[in-house]
Amino acid sequence: MRFLLVEDSMTLASAVLDRLRLDGHVVDHAPDVEQARAFAEAADYDLILLDIMLPDGDGRDFLKSHRQARNETPVIVLTARSAVSDRVSVLDLGADDYITKPFDFSELEARCRAVLRRRGGGASTVQRFGDVTFDPLAGTLTVGDRRVSLRNKELRLLEIFLSAPDRIFSKPKLVDRLFSYDEDVSDNAIEVYVGRLRKHLVGSDVEIVTVRGMGYRISRA
Amino acid sequence: MSRAAQISGSIRRRLIGQLVLGSAVLAAVLVLLVTNLARNVAQDTQDSILMASVTSILDTMTVRDGEISVDLPYAALSMLGNVSEDRVFYRILADGQLLTGYEDLPDPGDPGRDGGYITAPYAGTEVRMATAERRLSVAGTPIMVTVSVAQTRQGLMQTLAQVSRRGAAVGIGFFVLAALLAVLTTEFGLRPLRDLAGAVSRRGPKDLRSVKGPVPQEMAPLVISLNSFIDRLRYSLSRSEDFIAEAAHRVRTPLFTVRTQAEIALRRVERPENRAAIKEMIRALDESSRAAGQLLDHAMVTFRTDHLEKERVLLTELAEELVDRLRPVADLRDIGLSMQSEGTPEVLGDAVLIENALRNVLDNAIKYSAPDSDVDIRIGREASDCFIMVRDHAGGFPEGALHRMTERFARGDNAGGTVGSGLGLTIAREVLEAHGGRLTLENKGDGACVTLWFPAS
Ligand SMILES: Nc1ncnc2c1ncn2[C@@H]1O[C@H](COP(=O)(O)OP(=O)(O)OP(=O)(O)O)[C@@H](O)[C@H]1O
Ligand SMILES: [Mg+2]
Repeated sequence: MRFLLVEDSMTLASAVLDRLRLDGHVVDHAPDVEQARAFAEAADYDLILLDIMLPDGDGRDFLKSHRQARNETPVIVLTARSAVSDRVSVLDLGADDYITKPFDFSELEARCRAVLRRRGGGASTVQRFGDVTFDPLAGTLTVGDRRVSLRNKELRLLEIFLSAPDRIFSKPKLVDRLFSYDEDVSDNAIEVYVGRLRKHLVGSDVEIVTVRGMGYRISRA
Repeated sequence: MSRAAQISGSIRRRLIGQLVLGSAVLAAVLVLLVTNLARNVAQDTQDSILMASVTSILDTMTVRDGEISVDLPYAALSMLGNVSEDRVFYRILADGQLLTGYEDLPDPGDPGRDGGYITAPYAGTEVRMATAERRLSVAGTPIMVTVSVAQTRQGLMQTLAQVSRRGAAVGIGFFVLAALLAVLTTEFGLRPLRDLAGAVSRRGPKDLRSVKGPVPQEMAPLVISLNSFIDRLRYSLSRSEDFIAEAAHRVRTPLFTVRTQAEIALRRVERPENRAAIKEMIRALDESSRAAGQLLDHAMVTFRTDHLEKERVLLTELAEELVDRLRPVADLRDIGLSMQSEGTPEVLGDAVLIENALRNVLDNAIKYSAPDSDVDIRIGREASDCFIMVRDHAGGFPEGALHRMTERFARGDNAGGTVGSGLGLTIAREVLEAHGGRLTLENKGDGACVTLWFPAS
């Protein structure tokens, strides 16, 4: 996905940039309102992450002009505090959601997904691999004329596999991305989800292969 | 937050007291003036009749054959009888020798050229006596004749008493009217002050707008200083709340950047022991960040409950919004949130606090539940209380330690490795207690059942 991050704190911004890029997203960074406007006009983003307190103005002003310009890109506001008045005003101004800084990346990811799903992200996000069709926003997997709804962890796991077909993902790495660090799960917990995905993929030419001692990869038969 | 001020007197009482006292003095003076005037008028009337009578007697006195002859005119004394029932006495002296009349009438002293008056006791009562002299020439010798006419004063006294009674009645009437006016004027005059006090005391503790509205000129300095006080209060209050938010932000931002770097490192590191170390570090960072967040949330809750501002809060609406917001987070662990609401329970309270309490309870339900389970929220009314009940299937609170879980920093054995600071339920309990409600913890079936009880508004 393509993000625009509008945030003046450099330490916070670089952490967010690094982390989102690590997950394979393309992220541009604007440290103030003026540059944010320039970026938003120049390129199409899937999502804008907007800080409210900016050196040359209020993020809310950007939000207002962004909506007046009929720019449909969803905006998630990054607030420093969770006071009701703050969020009500940003939601009224047309923000799609807000998240309190500092946030958990899995929460941010979950919110982005929810926002994009609400906005009806369109066909562009639908992925085809072999004879299966995967819609990560709707959370559906279609095999022939059979369509199943994926649960969240199944969906995220499939997303990870499909981000790099044929690449081997180790169990520990998959656990890291699927569970939070305080969840007391063994590496084998991943087997449950792999098992479920395999069941959904029955009858297709796509399979999740166990690579002994290494992990798993997704491949076409 | 009603603290009694040190009270010294009341403007109202003082004003009314002074005004009433003033009218009493005025009424008394009025009565005195009226009776005095009446007395003088009555006295003057009697005096002039007495003197007229004396003069008419003098006028009839002639010298005939070297003798002084007195032809006491009937009219002279009868005009006195007209005035009242009072008895009349007279005496005519010629060079001090009694010519006719009552010899024992009091001595008039020197009446002077125009005649004189005295008041003296006589015949067992008091008389008013007019006296005048005239020089007559009897056989070439001048003889001084002195005529005195006296009258008792009962009639006069009666009239005077009557006039005094009327005067007193008028005085009392005047006093009552004036006192009534004093009370009315005071009430009316103090109304702007009372209106101001009312307008300020009716406000919620969070209503820190300046006092507007027309006030009398005399009260302008009071209102101006009140407004500047309100401004300062608003400033310092907003600073404390901002301070709490700012502090949380400041503490957590560096933790956040370190954590992000650690996460990135974890993706690149392969060796299990290094991975374990980094994970341990991330956990510690999460613990610190959570503790900072919860501590400052707790401070915010304490601050807000100290200045509790109550407004109408629709529980269903508040819960729906919060549940919608938590859904993506619950989704991460495939936990379903379902909500069921009966009626439209409404409570009086601080929405920010209530939301915070519910968020902590829901947060627990999500956090301690196993993946793929459900959390049910029920909102309704029982008797006169409104409730929000959160049930999960997470195995429940540790039996026996249930009552301890709302204490500060208390964490159960079941918390295991989950990140937490043990403040969530403390915050929830304090919020509910500040609203006059309570938080109940139970174990039901295979999970916990936490209920937020509010007294109905
Ligand atoms: N829904 C629940 N099911 C089982 N145990 C629970 C539940 N909610 C709370 N507990 C227990 O009660 C303890 C206290 O909860 P509390 O929310 O106060 O603190 P915490 O969740 O540990 O930390 P935090 O302040 O981060 O919320 C928890 O440590 C846990 O042992
Ligand atoms: Mg908790």
